[in-house]
Amino acid sequence: MPKEREPVILRVGLGSCGTAAGGLKVYEELKAAIERDSLPVELKKTGCIGLCYEEPLVNVLRPGEEVYTYGHVTPERAITILREHALGGKPIPEWLVAGGAHTSPSTAAFLGKQRRIALRNCGQIDPESLSEYEARGGYAALRRVLTDMTPDAVIEEVLASGLRGRGGAGFPTGLKWKFTRQAAGQLKYLVCNADEGDPGAFMDRSVLEGDPHSVIEGMLIAAYAIGASAGYIYVRAEYPLAVKRLSIALDQARSAGYLGERILGFPFSFNLEIKQGAGAFVCGEETALLASIEGRRGMPRLKPPFPANSGLWQKPTCINNVETFANVPWIILNGGAAFAALGTPKSKGTKVFALAGKIARGGLVEVPMGIPLREVIFDIGGGIRGGKKFKAVQLGGPSGGCIPESLLDTPVDYESITATGAIMGSGGMVVMDEDTCMVDMARFFLDFVQKESCGKCIACRLGTKRMLEILERITRGERREGDLETLEELASRVKETALCGLGQTAPNPVLTTLRYFRHEYEAHIRDKKCPAHHCQALLTFRINPEVCTGCGLCARVCPAGAITGERRQPHAIDPEKCIRCRSCYEACRFHAIQID
Amino acid sequence: MTQPTAEAREGGSFPELEAILARHGYNPGALIAILQETQEAYGYLPPAALRHIAARTRLRPAHVYGVATFYTQFRLQPVGKRVIMVCQGTACHVNGGKAILQALSEELGIKEGETTPDGEFTLQTVACLGCCSLAPVMMVNGEAYGQLTPEKARRIIRDLRGSPASSAAAAAPANETGR
Repeated sequence: MPKEREPVILRVGLGSCGTAAGGLKVYEELKAAIERDSLPVELKKTGCIGLCYEEPLVNVLRPGEEVYTYGHVTPERAITILREHALGGKPIPEWLVAGGAHTSPSTAAFLGKQRRIALRNCGQIDPESLSEYEARGGYAALRRVLTDMTPDAVIEEVLASGLRGRGGAGFPTGLKWKFTRQAAGQLKYLVCNADEGDPGAFMDRSVLEGDPHSVIEGMLIAAYAIGASAGYIYVRAEYPLAVKRLSIALDQARSAGYLGERILGFPFSFNLEIKQGAGAFVCGEETALLASIEGRRGMPRLKPPFPANSGLWQKPTCINNVETFANVPWIILNGGAAFAALGTPKSKGTKVFALAGKIARGGLVEVPMGIPLREVIFDIGGGIRGGKKFKAVQLGGPSGGCIPESLLDTPVDYESITATGAIMGSGGMVVMDEDTCMVDMARFFLDFVQKESCGKCIACRLGTKRMLEILERITRGERREGDLETLEELASRVKETALCGLGQTAPNPVLTTLRYFRHEYEAHIRDKKCPAHHCQALLTFRINPEVCTGCGLCARVCPAGAITGERRQPHAIDPEKCIRCRSCYEACRFHAIQID
Repeated sequence: MTQPTAEAREGGSFPELEAILARHGYNPGALIAILQETQEAYGYLPPAALRHIAARTRLRPAHVYGVATFYTQFRLQPVGKRVIMVCQGTACHVNGGKAILQALSEELGIKEGETTPDGEFTLQTVACLGCCSLAPVMMVNGEAYGQLTPEKARRIIRDLRGSPASSAAAAAPANETGR
């Protein structure tokens, strides 16, 4: 038993990912055991540490010892960890993913190349505790700004850091602040864009769930710099936990005097509110987002005027992304030069990426700009799951593109990624293997943007619909003469003439897959085959008589009654009746079903 | 989550809605928040409630209806006790999200967007839940379930069917009613 007065701390990872993986059950089991026996253990929650592939995670912090992290914790294992390690002092090496001499090689590889600035506190603190944020230097940057720096000096520092918008477009943050500061008018607004709509991206959710105060502090510093007195955090409604933790953090900041009138006794006032989105991807576009805050349909408008001059209720408005704000307190405390020392000449600092798809180690990573894609995917992410072959990585969501194996040495920076036809985007990295059909991926994204198009401009409303129809025809094997040419023509017209970023970038997934995977389109069209065996209409199922044992399982699972055969004799599939549902393929224990 | 019946509301008496409107000062700029809270109170947006909101905020009914139909969060039809949202994001798509939707559709005997005749489940899709590293994912009344297989998804629904709906609702955050 530990003799120290300081208690042993157990932390359970309870971001949305940890919760979905079963972390809540682990937490409740531990809580019940600790309360039942009044054990000298403090149970806490924490946000995402990034090791999503090891969830649910539990950290053991014994006074004076380093942090031990357990992965894939079940409620039963949690109790053993509580008894043997937290109380007994004996780590359990087989379940440990990190800590002491027990850090597994995969964890070491996952964490080794990372540099955590925006994520500095995620997974390290209880996101619902202001004192834990303060203990790690929280609100010290705000104090320094109010005490020692003029607004212009703050802007200079951010300019010196080279920080660019982490929402995807990469506009220099300091410059945006400068324009809003210089704009005429007394009343100015500051908005945090937390409408993380790109499917496959969860960086902003993790920051808001794991370290909400860092975003609030970043916003306070920005508000001081540009002279804004009111602000909004526009969070998508699909992130209930982020909204909850942000609300708690806002209340704490108000009570502690960090938000409101005469902050910390200085002549600076700033009020901040949450506005919940209502499920519209286009609201990630800044003018649409502003319309939504005003209570209208989220439709973009032409720029100029830019929001810096005429934004929310026609007042000068500065809009930055969650990750951008989370970097700001670090930059103030460590200096713009320290941030600029990381990364490449044009893309400085670090970037957070969400690794997902067919990757071995999916999770949240923060790396210095300029690191090659290959290192992120293979060294950190462990490559493809299940020994399959890498095919492409999708960057930038529906506005981005698919990057093939041959370009994996591309460094992660705004310009290099743009040169491939993809975009940096907000940081979603969805990895695809040989089983992913690239024509279907293009169709998937087009389907998404076509549904999410606000309908204001014809190029986007009808252009994406016509493009989708062509892609659907191709994946069904019903192509018409000239389809590929029409698709390319439409893609470039939509890109040139759409009103806002959504439409202008919507063709990117099509253009990049046509550029790097044209052979897959041609196989669909010319040979009526899907090389990845994905597009249902183009598949033929066949039973290999050499392998079939005649067990009859396939015939029993077939919902269409397409499989017949004598017992213990090879069975056969009637192609006329087969609905290509894969039931037989998945049921067969002898791999006798072949797909062509 | 007490949900007054739709029929009772069509009559035009809205004490809960009146409180929501008053809290927002009848401010037309707060329309989206008003609609969100109205949906929370009634489970959906009854047409009569939309007309009431328009009258009280001095907005044209067409404007209110326009906003209510623009955003995917809002629904003009009642939903079941449990709302299942199957994620169709990129990571879920490449990891077989469609098969999960199909399995649930078969298990419940309803299509996407529909509610079971017994009023237990509504099946919906969602663009992305942001739990991409645990794909494929679904959310039932605010609680996320990850690393699904078609079989696992069916089992979760069967288990939920056996348990009282209030337990699922209690596990979900209070503001999650029907999101």
